Amino acid sequence: MNSYLEANARERLQHLLDAGSLDEWLPPSARVTSPHLAQLDAPVAFDDGVVIGRARLAGHNVFVAAQEGGFMGGAVGEVHGAKLVGMLQRAIRDRPEAVLLLLETGGVRLHEANAGLIAVSEVMRAVLSVRAAGIPVIVLIGGANGCFGGMGIVARCANAILMSEEGRLAMSGPEVIETANGVEEFDSRDRALVWRTTGGKHRYLLGDCQTIVADSIDAFRVAALAAIDACQGQPVELTLAALEAEQTMLQQRIERFGGQSEPTAIWADLGIPESQQLPMLEADAFLQAVESHRLGVPA
Amino acid sequence: MNPAPISPASWQAVAARLFPQGQQIAETDQFLSGTAQVDGITVAIIGTTGHTPIGVEIALAQAHAVLQTVREHPGRPILILVDTQGQRLRHRDEMLGINSYMAHLGKCIELARQRGHRVIGLVYDQALSGGFITSGLMADACYALPNATIRVMGLPAMARITKVPEERLIELASHSPVFAPGPENYLRMGGIEAIWEGDLAAHLVQALTAADPVDRRSTTGLVRGGRMLAQTVIASVLAA
Repeated sequence: MNSYLEANARERLQHLLDAGSLDEWLPPSARVTSPHLAQLDAPVAFDDGVVIGRARLAGHNVFVAAQEGGFMGGAVGEVHGAKLVGMLQRAIRDRPEAVLLLLETGGVRLHEANAGLIAVSEVMRAVLSVRAAGIPVIVLIGGANGCFGGMGIVARCANAILMSEEGRLAMSGPEVIETANGVEEFDSRDRALVWRTTGGKHRYLLGDCQTIVADSIDAFRVAALAAIDACQGQPVELTLAALEAEQTMLQQRIERFGGQSEPTAIWADLGIPESQQLPMLEADAFLQAVESHRLGVPA
Repeated sequence: MNPAPISPASWQAVAARLFPQGQQIAETDQFLSGTAQVDGITVAIIGTTGHTPIGVEIALAQAHAVLQTVREHPGRPILILVDTQGQRLRHRDEMLGINSYMAHLGKCIELARQRGHRVIGLVYDQALSGGFITSGLMADACYALPNATIRVMGLPAMARITKVPEERLIELASHSPVFAPGPENYLRMGGIEAIWEGDLAAHLVQALTAADPVDRRSTTGLVRGGRMLAQTVIASVLAA
């Protein structure tokens, strides 16, 4: 079994990292659980839905975190967020070669509302502090719950995002938009539309993720190694030049595509032949079809 | 004809109290930008008004203003005036990658901080969710006016998604800082540094003096009793 989509957080780490190399901090045996769920009669998880620790990836020293989509959709509560922040602060102190974040999350855990919101803010600032310390942060997205809400923002604070076609990256979930503005605005049951709008292929074409891979943990491992290599010798911290380039890219995106209402129209505008067929293509065929047409992103 | 009455939370009324030495703030499509004089120095002002939803355009406009300040006025302090109902809930914004626009704004504010700009946030009316994470919560310290509303989501919507009855959430909100929308709870949890009453100009001068780029919110939340586990867990990870 090598599907990233079907694996849980621990299975993903087990196959992604060098065998037996994971040294987990605050493992389930430590039983550090959410203090807020009991008052809502909601169950707790002994790891609060996230695995953190240090490990090796093809010999590289890395720190990792993997969110468990099976527990409250991977949402970030007080403890879950603090585990992420603790790992990131420790990265600044201990200086691994890279930090890998396996994100699968709906964002703020609503059961912990205000505490979850502040926690996501702390994670965001900690990610940027890790980059400021010269350590690259790589995000992997390929779980069934996607990467949404505040964590969709955090993902775009990393040096690189690796996605599978099945991965989704966005801000508000389709259900939230449909609830707020009606089914005509965004039909959350139209799965094809949801994938065209938030899926890995669209994000790759716009330049919001660096790599798209097949739904395989092995493929994510290869891509993660390549992403770490790509960061060598490059500035991993924020720079004025990179942010000005990003400003230009995002401005051009509005000017060029702001009047569109359908992702396939954007793909056609990019000059991709038979763009309607893109959702059907496997990762390799997709890459071949779009490689000269996709838009780039300075991280 | 008399001018329209200004509500207590209008940005003009707040600006008048914040900047007795003068301000040059322009409002364009609910985006605020400009400068103000504080304690004899010039401060860059960016923000939003009218509870505006943060869509891709207004996120990018704010980022542009931050980058311009970094480029042309190194070291100039930045005050972020927060009033938003949160991210814009539209298919078009998601298609264009609104999370990238909001992340870009947050990164621009972080760059300013890293280059020595002091950054202060002030929730003068309403703050919500993603619109808050990438504005006030990116500041060195975020403050709020007493009547400010800060929340993740309205209780009715929260009840729908969590499947917890709204009556239960309302009851919890009366004593649990995790659920109530007021600034006092964010104060207890460390998300808000202080609530400003009285002389806003004096508070701002003090905030600029005290500005500290280190994120101490989890420690503050522990000291104030509003978030008892966050800092403990962080310390445990560092010691593991």
